Amino acid sequence: MKVTFILNHQEETWDVHPNDYLLDSLRTHHIVSVKRGCDTTSCGVCTVLLNGKAVPSCSILSASIDGKEVVTVEGIAKEAERLSEFMGHNGADQCGYCNPSLALSVHALQQENPHPSDADIRAFLVGNLCRCTGYHGQQEAILHYLEDDQ
Amino acid sequence: MKLIKQPIPSVDGKGLMMGRPAYTDDLAEPNSLIVKVLRSPHPHAKIVHINTDKALSIPGVELVLTYKDFKRIPFTRAGQGYPEPSPHDKFVLDQYVRHVGDEVACVAAKTEALCDQALDVLEVEYDILQPVLDFEQAIDHDVVLHPEDEVHEMFPIGYEPKRNIAASYHMEVGDVEAELKKCDVVINETFYTQAQMHAMMEPHTVNARIDFQNRLVLYSATQTPFHVRRIISQTLEVPLSKIRVIKPRVGGGFGGKQSLHGEMLVSAVTLRTGKPAKMVYTRKEVFEASPTRHKMRIKMTLGADKDGTLRAIDCHVLSDTGAYGEHALTVFMVAGSKVLPLYNKVNSVRFYGDVVYTNHNAAGAFRGYGAIQGNFALESAIDILCEKLGIDPLEFRDNNMMKEGETSPIFAIMGEGTEGTAMTMDSCKLEYCLHRGREVSKWNEIYPYQQISPTKRRAIGMAIAMQGSGIPYIDMGSATIKLNDDGFFNLLIGATDIGQGSDTVLAQIAAEVLGCDMDHMIVYSSDSDLTPFDTGAYASSTTYVSGNAVYKAAMKMKQMMIEEAAKRLDADVDDVEFDGTMFIANTQSLTINELANRLYYNDDQRQLMATSSYVGHKSPPPFMTGYADITIDIETGEYDINNYTSIVDCGTPLNTMLARGQVEGGIVQGIGMASYEDVKYSKSGRLITNDFVSYLIPTRHEIKNLTTEFAESYEETGPFGAKSVGEIGIDTPPAAIANAIYNAVGVRITELPITPEKIRLAMLRKDEQ
Ligand code: FES
Ligand code: FES
Repeated sequence: MKVTFILNHQEETWDVHPNDYLLDSLRTHHIVSVKRGCDTTSCGVCTVLLNGKAVPSCSILSASIDGKEVVTVEGIAKEAERLSEFMGHNGADQCGYCNPSLALSVHALQQENPHPSDADIRAFLVGNLCRCTGYHGQQEAILHYLEDDQ
Repeated sequence: MKLIKQPIPSVDGKGLMMGRPAYTDDLAEPNSLIVKVLRSPHPHAKIVHINTDKALSIPGVELVLTYKDFKRIPFTRAGQGYPEPSPHDKFVLDQYVRHVGDEVACVAAKTEALCDQALDVLEVEYDILQPVLDFEQAIDHDVVLHPEDEVHEMFPIGYEPKRNIAASYHMEVGDVEAELKKCDVVINETFYTQAQMHAMMEPHTVNARIDFQNRLVLYSATQTPFHVRRIISQTLEVPLSKIRVIKPRVGGGFGGKQSLHGEMLVSAVTLRTGKPAKMVYTRKEVFEASPTRHKMRIKMTLGADKDGTLRAIDCHVLSDTGAYGEHALTVFMVAGSKVLPLYNKVNSVRFYGDVVYTNHNAAGAFRGYGAIQGNFALESAIDILCEKLGIDPLEFRDNNMMKEGETSPIFAIMGEGTEGTAMTMDSCKLEYCLHRGREVSKWNEIYPYQQISPTKRRAIGMAIAMQGSGIPYIDMGSATIKLNDDGFFNLLIGATDIGQGSDTVLAQIAAEVLGCDMDHMIVYSSDSDLTPFDTGAYASSTTYVSGNAVYKAAMKMKQMMIEEAAKRLDADVDDVEFDGTMFIANTQSLTINELANRLYYNDDQRQLMATSSYVGHKSPPPFMTGYADITIDIETGEYDINNYTSIVDCGTPLNTMLARGQVEGGIVQGIGMASYEDVKYSKSGRLITNDFVSYLIPTRHEIKNLTTEFAESYEETGPFGAKSVGEIGIDTPPAAIANAIYNAVGVRITELPITPEKIRLAMLRKDEQ
């Protein structure tokens, strides 16, 4: 079946199978910035923005995105690049596998709540697992990034 | 120093955050066959019949492989040096399955859906065998896991498969029994540490293709590309020269990707079909079919004099290696060799025990590598002893622990699988770490606890730790530096960055020596065809071992450039000065890009390339102290970690930010192991914790604050004074948290993880007494 949607600000029409999940469709279309980390929607590394909300793309049927807007990290390249500078300076640069999803979640948080507290950030990003950094460096990086944006 | 000890951002951070294709699956051929594995539902069984006809008749299914398709060549997936200290006890596919999740057969098809269909119609008849599920009952059990004739050890490791013993070992300094009899105070306690999962975010991934030269090319998320190439060659009988292994970015390893995973089956599929093939483990497969940490039982006996002098340590370990003996002996030995020397004033030490086979998922390498298990037992036992002696635990440690310039006989006796290497602690700032930690963690204010409300207490506990820096006389790193036209460099290394930041740190070393900026040092790691040999990213070896190789190669390159510059400046080599951009002699000068351009385009043309390698002659341990500041609810046993203070002696931290990241990542994994991470099996041997819903790893909710500092330390033999920092962070949390819990509520939890239930239960029992 065909779905027409906006991907990173451009219209796309893709042929998808009714059983396909958005994560797999994106990867087969070479949008490999979106990664898979689990089978149970519990790791967050497959996060995309769907109509502006951060969602795990492994739980969204591709068939359901018709007429919607999907943003992957390529769609927020500038923000991601800037966030990465803060990550680098706060000791949060490690394997990077969770990073594109983190950038998208931080972006979504910023849209919803431009002045989040430390606790707000933790609560919003709790579904974005990271096994390398111990979170502390990430948290500092995100705080500094958001402050810098204001 | 321009670059060393600086917070240099990693060379790949930006590209990875922006989602550029970098990881193994990102680089797979788009038309790859999908490879999937049928996994055993039984913990122990013999395959009596397999029918593949139905699966093969599905259009689009290209290949089904069973044990009948492979020659019986036993090997080990351990991914260690050769000959391996792990027994050769695994076959690519075998007629026996030894844990739930063990490989039964594999299918290759055009799509994943077709693979699933094929797996569904594979007919397998099992003769279900009794499993061995209690590791304390494994030795001389009626059921033998590896009765086959082909299994063997590569050199003596105490291998007795007929008794379910994968390895055993015994060492003694002095006479422990006699020494204990002379002690005023003796304590003994049994500790249990659980299996733990690496749970790296990128699942195990590999793909293969045949290239235009008819060679097998693998992209693999591995920590050990050169071992992968060797083991494929030996096991599938393909000449080494016909195999190329490329390691792209790796999404976390922690030891879990030191072992081989899908490489054998994917290679077999590509070799037989001639087509590209790929395999990405599902998360369930990561849990069921990739290694765990070795579960251990540790009996610790300590003897001391009334004045607080530790006299004897007796340590007996039983380790569960699961179905295959990967890292069986070496992890077990590290539980002693990288823990017991911490208290080097004793008259006598004994360390002995066995590693046994069970029908659990195979264990393997995991950050901490035995040291975390041993540390939990020893550092808990030290606090128990201090309590009995009525001596402050910090004072006791201060008096009995390793100091700079000292040594321990254990270093010479115990290596990893073989004899050790004698060494003195030329750099050891453990004393500083202890005192600084007391200050930073506010120990004096909190110890043993503060009542902060009728039901809540704040308490503090601590532990000390050591690790190593590579395996002496075994781990080798090498590096090649190439000067390019225009005067920038390539650094080619076999060392594998698995997220720890080694590409950045190694480039920093080279750039510092050559005086160039980071963006003039372009790193390439690791490709078995293009980069020089390296044993791989494990044993905390990369900065120390590979870093030394890089340092040597960079010095060589500098010398070569100065020689060429001298020719062009008509000067003596000794008169040429080089500052990273300019060669100056006899009032004349030449920039590095002029030199490079002349070398490659104009006069007396030749390519400059320098290669060096390094094998460590010692393994200088990094040291640290960890202080856990917790708040506990005495009614529920629930506790929070308010802050974890780490004071680390890793020699010179070459990149302060990346080093901090390594410590904090390790601390949080250690907190996970201490608090709730647990690999649980059902009574029948099925893994219960096989997803992120049932196997919990720390989230950013639990990690409130981490305080990390480095001691001023310099290791003469390390590159720019560095020791390792990859593993040490993980070691202290289990004991520090157990000690904090004891200080808070007076109960001693000796079995990890330390859950609220165990604490409450122990409190109730104590109240009853
Ligand atoms: S892949 Fe883990 S949440 Fe989607
Ligand atoms: S950096 Fe590796 S998972 Fe987050």
